[in-house]
Amino acid sequence: MGEAIAFYVIAALILGFAVLVVSTKNTVHAVLFLVLNFLAVAALYVLLTAQFLAVIQVLVYAGGIVVLYLFVVMLVNLKRPPEDHSAPQRHPWVGFALSGVVLAQLAAILLFGGFGAATDSSVAQNSDLALNNVERIGMLLYTDYLIPFEVASMLLLVAMVGAIILAKREL
Amino acid sequence: MITPTHYMLLSAALFMIGVAGVLLRRNIIVIFMSIELILNAVNINLVAFSYQLQNGIGQVFAIFVIAVAAAEAAVGLGIILAFYRNKETVNIDEMNLMRW
Amino acid sequence: MIDTYLIPLIKVLFVLNATLVGVTYMVLLERKVIAWVQVRLGPMRVGPYGVLQPIADAIKLILKEDITPTRADKWVFTAAPIIVMVPALITFAVIPFGPSVNLFGREIPLYITDINVGLLYIVSVASIGVYGIILGGWASNSKFPLLASLRASAQLISYEVAVTMTLVSLIMTAGSLSMVRIVESQYEMNLWFIFVQPVAFVLFFIGGLAETNRAPFDMAEAEQELTGGFHTEYSGMRFALFFLAEYANMIVVSAVATTLFLGGWLAPFPNVGWLNFLEFIPTWMWFLLKTFVFLYVFLWVRATLPRYRYDQLMRLGWKVLIPVAIANLIVTGIVKVIL
Repeated sequence: MGEAIAFYVIAALILGFAVLVVSTKNTVHAVLFLVLNFLAVAALYVLLTAQFLAVIQVLVYAGGIVVLYLFVVMLVNLKRPPEDHSAPQRHPWVGFALSGVVLAQLAAILLFGGFGAATDSSVAQNSDLALNNVERIGMLLYTDYLIPFEVASMLLLVAMVGAIILAKREL
Repeated sequence: MITPTHYMLLSAALFMIGVAGVLLRRNIIVIFMSIELILNAVNINLVAFSYQLQNGIGQVFAIFVIAVAAAEAAVGLGIILAFYRNKETVNIDEMNLMRW
Repeated sequence: MIDTYLIPLIKVLFVLNATLVGVTYMVLLERKVIAWVQVRLGPMRVGPYGVLQPIADAIKLILKEDITPTRADKWVFTAAPIIVMVPALITFAVIPFGPSVNLFGREIPLYITDINVGLLYIVSVASIGVYGIILGGWASNSKFPLLASLRASAQLISYEVAVTMTLVSLIMTAGSLSMVRIVESQYEMNLWFIFVQPVAFVLFFIGGLAETNRAPFDMAEAEQELTGGFHTEYSGMRFALFFLAEYANMIVVSAVATTLFLGGWLAPFPNVGWLNFLEFIPTWMWFLLKTFVFLYVFLWVRATLPRYRYDQLMRLGWKVLIPVAIANLIVTGIVKVIL
């Protein structure tokens, strides 16, 4: 009962803020709504007992990536006000209609697709995932998925070097 | 009772909001933020299944998605800054330098 | 019902009240300590020995005119001080003031909650506090606050990296992210972590000074720099909120340093028999004493050291603290494997 209330409230916040991100004219406000959206998603992760992922979401996404977005928005907003003029031949309602149709298709598949409660117990390996979340994820990251972990670190290094070179004024 | 179908519907709705943002907005920074919404939708799906099947692999995959999103945001924003320095615009309709 | 809702609510109210009163009196403490360092007396007129000075300051700030610049972004301008204050306050939810005590026949733990990712929660909440500074400068719609806020937030996110790497080596020593578990592991090891990880302690303290925009790293808000920094356009209670948020952040860093390095609520030398008379002082009193030591060092450093220039500050953060933190991490890992 409490879980249902929490889920519906958090889902309403997530979708509401997402719609506001996409539709606000002022870019700084859109970035702020994105932060609130990420915080709501972190709350959803706590509801799903993924506590480590929730704090990582706040730390990396809301506290790192969106700060980056905010800096760039401030730097490009300094010269002229944000304008979203659309070419006269553009019809935004086509985009809305298409998105709505695809969403309806996805919803129909999910609701009537006959997905049973997949309790394939052979997949469940970590029975104490909710209680010792950090230990289980750490074990997985460092034993079974060590190679993707190292590759991700290489990826971040490459991205860091690339971002520095791209943003420098003169090489 | 909140079944995984609820989480999948939430994820699908967030995904489509992100796609609508990518298709409909002309400000390139808002397009990047909509891509972040899409990645978050995928993450919600992964974590919901990890919770249902009690297997940590979903959360590990979500951590990798967050790492990739961070790398992509850094490089993408670097590109936007470099472009802005040359052409002084963030409107994606005006970013057609290669088309001559 | 009572255990899940009422008792945590009472604890929350108590901690919030204590924090806010403490923050208000930190203003007086700072002026007094800096005055004594400079061989003068500080506020002495309002109340005996100046004790009622913060109340006079609060009344003055509340009665001041509340100016909003004309073309400032109204909502963001109002929200920025709140965004700086809230993370400092909600960090207190995971800081342990003591183990369980027996009150009215119930076992009540002296912390609001103990989550299994406590330390990471504190770091992530601190990274939310950066937003208030960026938005405060942006929403003022004025050049100097914007530049100052960008400087301040760049400083904050740079030192966040160094502090987080330092904390990772500490997590490896303690073996857990939960704050209560870290204090208990210091009890089991019979050594405070300041002796096990002295380099991490120094790094954390320097990083804490930079994170809270305190001297010698207070370039972003010093009066001589950039006409007052990111809170130039703020007046009255909003400015007070920025000001108090800085002191609240100081108290948070001191409390976290106490828990991580000085053994939290533990009395010194718990295994030495003849020093057991120290157990008469209650656990939470030890915690407060240690936190006050850190706060005093914060004020002492401010009164003594000159200010860093901005490029020296960034060089220190990126070229000195981060490599030392990584080296500390590697050495900790090697020692943990060998021992």
